[in-house]
Amino acid sequence: MVIERKWKKWFVFYIPMAVFIVFTLFPFYWMAVTAVRPDGELYRTWRQASATPFWTLQPTLEHFEGLLRTTAFPHWLWNTMLIAMVSTLISLICGMFAGYALARLKFRGSEFLGTAIFVTYLVPQTLLFIPLADIIRDLHLGNTPWALMLTYPTFLIPFCTWLLMGYFKTIPKELEECARIDGATRFGAMVRIIFPVSIPGILSAGIFAFTLSWNEFIYALIFMSSAELKTVPVGVVSELIRGDIFFWGQLMAGALLGSIPVALVYSFFVEYYVTGLTGSVKG
Amino acid sequence: MKDPVVAGAGVAASIAAPAERGRVSRLTRWLESEKLLATVLLVPGMAILLIFIAYPFVMALWYSLTSIRVGDPGEFVGIANFAKAWNDTVFQLAFKNTVFYTFWATVFKLALGMWLALLLNRSFRFKRIIRASMLLPFIIPTVLSAFAWRWMFDPTFSVMNWLLYHSGVITDRLPFLSDGDWALWCAVLVNTWRGMPFFAITLLAGLQTISPDLHEAAALDGANAWHRFWHVTWPLLLPVTLVVVVFSVIQTFSDFQLIYVLTGGGPANSTHLIATYAYQVGVASGLLGEGAALSLFMFPVLFGVVWFQLRFMKRMEGH
Amino acid sequence: MANVTIRNLNKNYENGFHAVKDVNLEIRDKEFMVLVGPSGCGKTTTLRMVAGLEEITSGDIMIGKDVVNDLPPMDRNIAMVFQNYALYPHKSVYQNMAFGLQMRKYPKDEIDKRVREAADILGIQPLLERKPRQLSGGQRQRVAVGRAIVRHPEVFLFDEPLSNLDAQLRVQMRVELKRLHERLETTAIYVTHDQVEAMTLGDRVVVMKDGWVQQVGEPLELYEKPANRFVAGFIGSPAMNFVEVTISDSGGALWADAAGLRLKVPPQMVERVRAHTGKRATLGMRPEALHLASGSDHADFCFDTAVDVVEPLGNEILINFRAGGAAMVTRVDPSVRVKAHQNVRVALDPGRVHFFDETSGAAI
Repeated sequence: MVIERKWKKWFVFYIPMAVFIVFTLFPFYWMAVTAVRPDGELYRTWRQASATPFWTLQPTLEHFEGLLRTTAFPHWLWNTMLIAMVSTLISLICGMFAGYALARLKFRGSEFLGTAIFVTYLVPQTLLFIPLADIIRDLHLGNTPWALMLTYPTFLIPFCTWLLMGYFKTIPKELEECARIDGATRFGAMVRIIFPVSIPGILSAGIFAFTLSWNEFIYALIFMSSAELKTVPVGVVSELIRGDIFFWGQLMAGALLGSIPVALVYSFFVEYYVTGLTGSVKG
Repeated sequence: MKDPVVAGAGVAASIAAPAERGRVSRLTRWLESEKLLATVLLVPGMAILLIFIAYPFVMALWYSLTSIRVGDPGEFVGIANFAKAWNDTVFQLAFKNTVFYTFWATVFKLALGMWLALLLNRSFRFKRIIRASMLLPFIIPTVLSAFAWRWMFDPTFSVMNWLLYHSGVITDRLPFLSDGDWALWCAVLVNTWRGMPFFAITLLAGLQTISPDLHEAAALDGANAWHRFWHVTWPLLLPVTLVVVVFSVIQTFSDFQLIYVLTGGGPANSTHLIATYAYQVGVASGLLGEGAALSLFMFPVLFGVVWFQLRFMKRMEGH
Repeated sequence: MANVTIRNLNKNYENGFHAVKDVNLEIRDKEFMVLVGPSGCGKTTTLRMVAGLEEITSGDIMIGKDVVNDLPPMDRNIAMVFQNYALYPHKSVYQNMAFGLQMRKYPKDEIDKRVREAADILGIQPLLERKPRQLSGGQRQRVAVGRAIVRHPEVFLFDEPLSNLDAQLRVQMRVELKRLHERLETTAIYVTHDQVEAMTLGDRVVVMKDGWVQQVGEPLELYEKPANRFVAGFIGSPAMNFVEVTISDSGGALWADAAGLRLKVPPQMVERVRAHTGKRATLGMRPEALHLASGSDHADFCFDTAVDVVEPLGNEILINFRAGGAAMVTRVDPSVRVKAHQNVRVALDPGRVHFFDETSGAAI
């Protein structure tokens, strides 16, 4: 019985799991290998034989050097970081306030507003990018980081509000009632009691919002035109392809470097991220 | 009988009660009204959403009814833009592609995501790190990972062609991105790769709420693994599944970046989605009115999905 | 220190629920007043209106000489202990107790002095640096009380503070609360659904039902002179026995009749009951007003029945039986020997009989 069970476990668990792992991680592995492979090895056609198809014996940093020397990559990285942080901060503050109001305060139309925020949460960026580009231009925000710092919150605020509203609802009302009796104002009870108690929820919302901003593409593509001001995803797409020529080594080096910060943030806060992710779809 | 400590405290009360009612400012006192406080708390977020979502939406509607282009305000043309799109063969194909892409990507994401969730729900070594790494495709910027895929699909240097050729499966290279049908399937593959972890992790969270007692009870009743999945797991997971599918459908239907990087809509406009085609017409060609109209073709579908979602949420609240 | 006056207090919720109806109460300075009643009776809503946590629909609440109707909670000099204790989970015990004083901008050394005094009184000095999650239920309860007393408020409000504790601890904390009140001499309003708590703690007790005040009085007054059938049934355990009877006049005396039961209306009640002659009424008898008949009991106050269930509790025995169409119970001395199904004659103490109006339920 035991032997048959072990044999069965290979088929129902180990092999499928291994396939999933390879399928999920191979593109990242390939990205990394390409980034350190010398050009001579890189451009070998699909027919050519190769002694080391899946790794390289002459790893090189030339692509990274080229990337940092010939492009504005460090600027892109800095821009992406700054924009992601500011837009996350704006969205968190707005989301904490709005989420608190919707979760705790009684006022007419609160239910309608809750639904409205949920609906805007589901509005994709690709629906509105054309008129939005004109609005950004009319507000003289075009080609400034503020164009993204103010538009990213359009998809982050609904998410943060929704997630935090759910979190605040799990905190006993008596906590803030007690604080108000202890002498705090409503606002003071919110800031001094409810927000500190909600730090796990706020962190979840923040981490998730940060990765979403880091990931954003279409607004950054349309609103930013100077090479210096681009974010990593847009910079890699538009500046590393000259004409029809793809510099694959540099492209993959850029993709790798552009992924590392967000992957690091993620790895430090996996549990919070997962809470944010699963919370993002809860009704 | 009176405790001396407490008697002392009574004296302290009289010396140190600072001006009770003047200690907070008039503004904060004003905010004690629930309605006023709610208004103040909601204004910042609402302002951003109104300026950058509600207002552009109205503008999109207006643009779609005019012949506006870059540098030319244009004039009112009624539904001419919609009519033009309706008869535009590229748009017809783009719409078909979008439906095709959304349907198959969602089916694969759900099936594989469910499978992965069931695997991850078992206990095994290195579970935490494996679960964490499974989410990487969802974390890493899509544009960057899509480039890795494009490199793997490269017509000349594809590692996949190399592998298949040298292992004797194929004799001629596969036209991954150079043939319209192949390219669309490749996009479905990449989208599945990217979105599957989202399904897996959310469904896993749902799975963890299902009491193991139910499975044990079903097993004692003589149900095999498949029966247990079909009669216990699947029905209990259905609410979570529906919500995840809705989110995924919205994101996939309005997808832009993946196709933009992978094929750019080519070859010969054969892999456009609504969003990429709207971008090409509205931004690359500067025909803002037509581009806005093309985007708005997504709206009825998205609206339907959101409406379904809201109805569903109402029903769940009722239970 | 202050008295609390409640005048014509009403609370209507937006969904139309009328939770508190025309409540009038005068809580004296230093008094321990208990509001008791079944859930949904409006006692908690009343307390929350005193705290300022619920808006008043109409009426007045005065603390001392000030009308506080529109004052936010922070401006009412009150402290409240909640059922779930509502300890701030991110603050230590010390910080929990200091918070109210910090909000009122007391100097640091004064805060420290008061927190340590309160911790001393409650015996929680060793816990001051702990977080609430590291405390047991009883310890949390003490911290919640400590947080209230450091403020030296004019009024203490308690919202079912003992109901999350297990039975043994609840009895212990009940005694401690009573002792604490005697020490602090601060006006207190205490809400509970447990009539034993109400009777043991309250200087006076308010019984509420469906938003109405049923009766206000000292514990023994409520027990011995319930104003209506509801109070009579709510206060006391086991509850008062009720029998639906018809009052009749025969042979110059008034009789209360029910199926298989005929009891004479005791002389001291005759005058009040006479007006109900020929009508139905409810006869109420406390379990201890009944006993197994002996030769000295007058036949007019006795009836025959069969024992249903016997509950020996050690210090007393509860005998359950049916009579006059109702289930009844009597409390007798543990030396009495009875068995189930045994036929017995039960006698009534004629001085401890209650009659209630059939429709209004008011005491006759």
